[in-house]
Amino acid sequence: MMNAAAPGPLPGAVRSRRDSVLRVLLPVFTLVAGALVWEAVVRVKAIPPYVLPAPSLVLATLVSDGAILWSSLLATLATTFQGLALALVGGVGLALLFSRSRLVEYSLYPYAVILQVTPVIAIAPLLLVYLPQHAAVLACAWIVAFFPVLANTTLGLASVDRNLIELFRLYGATRSQILFTLKLPAALPHMLGGLRIAGGLALIGAVVAEIAAGSAGAGSGLAYRIAEAGYRLNIPRMFAALLLLSVTGVVIFALLSALSRFLLRRWHESELAPGA
Amino acid sequence: MQSENPAVALCGIGKVFESGVVALDRLDFNVGRREFVSVLGPSGCGKSTALRIIAGLAAPTSGEVVWTEGAAPARRIGFVFQEPTLMPWANVAANVRLPLKLAGMSARDAAPAVAAALARVGLADMAGAYPRELSGGMKMRVSIARALVTQPQFLLLDEPFAALDEITRFRLNDDLLGVWQTMGGTVVFVTHSVFESVFLSSRIVVMTPRPGRIYDEMLIDAPYPRDDAFRTSAAYAAYCRQVSGILHAAMSAEAAP
Repeated sequence: MMNAAAPGPLPGAVRSRRDSVLRVLLPVFTLVAGALVWEAVVRVKAIPPYVLPAPSLVLATLVSDGAILWSSLLATLATTFQGLALALVGGVGLALLFSRSRLVEYSLYPYAVILQVTPVIAIAPLLLVYLPQHAAVLACAWIVAFFPVLANTTLGLASVDRNLIELFRLYGATRSQILFTLKLPAALPHMLGGLRIAGGLALIGAVVAEIAAGSAGAGSGLAYRIAEAGYRLNIPRMFAALLLLSVTGVVIFALLSALSRFLLRRWHESELAPGA
Repeated sequence: MQSENPAVALCGIGKVFESGVVALDRLDFNVGRREFVSVLGPSGCGKSTALRIIAGLAAPTSGEVVWTEGAAPARRIGFVFQEPTLMPWANVAANVRLPLKLAGMSARDAAPAVAAALARVGLADMAGAYPRELSGGMKMRVSIARALVTQPQFLLLDEPFAALDEITRFRLNDDLLGVWQTMGGTVVFVTHSVFESVFLSSRIVVMTPRPGRIYDEMLIDAPYPRDDAFRTSAAYAAYCRQVSGILHAAMSAEAAP
């Protein structure tokens, strides 16, 4: 298109359009084919639904149990986004604190790492002992989600162009001017990268805590529904809730990616349209 | 051959880095009002360090910088780095506005000065563009506009055109001379190019390699405005030959005691 004399039968633009169509169509095809095989196996072998429900039954359950699953979804979403918001505030706040004071960084950073590497599923029961249930679930979501924000923001703050810092000093910039006009915008791409990872992790943290709480006999989120349905051998509902959780994870990731693209589209290499 | 009417004087400046490297050793020179002085030397001779010391971006280990008009005029200095050093998240106008913004001026109050600075470097219609959308030469123009926006009396440039192609460099040299003649201030221009320094300067200061010291200086007594006719004249070629000779002598002077 750009070059009339382009050799070969497939100029770049056409090839890339075909490529992007395939990228959408092929996964859809895989999904439909997999579901059809699954459905066929269940019907031919007459597998009972409490062993393996057919995809059609899972979808039917999604509709028939819609009300209860929907309210559970909202509960899980609320926890996840609250956890994510706290992770953003906590991660960025700690990163700023670390960039200001080396003493604070040396004192706290190892414990941030320890919180990150200790499996959250092992921490959750203890948190449930000491905290009210909602706070415990939130704490779990925060613990797994804040670290990528902290680590990435720290990296971003440390990689500000040194010449720009000198330029700001030359013009007598105050510390807060350097922070808000220079360091935070410069760290934004890294911060958003951390937030994208944190989105998925916050959901995992919330689910882990809900399952831990569910086994203690309380809760209302999607993960609690899975645990509860498991005790009752309501396998179709387990699948339906699991499906909703996956979709939630994908939607959170897509939302955070869109946010990143929106904020960085004019200037950062990572979000430039190809060929722009 | 010091300037008769010095605006700033470097007196016995020495700079030793933490690594123990001696960058500058007893550096003395004056810059006069309305002069265009080039500091010429091989890379690593400490000329950038000297410029950073004048700007107040680095402190000398010994000696002092004396401003004849009293205290070091922080806001009266414009500094242009080797790289354009622009904020990639801000558009051209916001980048140029930065020094005024840091001084507490609102965007509306700064707008006329920003527009004037952009017009001066020929980028009046690029105010809304982002740095990544500009060529290397245009980015450097933005960087110069940002240095001009405070209407500085001193413009300090640290090898600003070293990374540009020759055609762009010639054009920016012409533009820089135009800016200097209309702003009526003093320019200190660090470079390793003999040709660039002869074309631009009213005086050239040649430095020895590490430790940096003044080896010699030379007046370029050709009238301004200078244009392509000067660039191809016999006088220009003669100056270049002379300055090259001084530079070669300066480079071998390091072996001398």
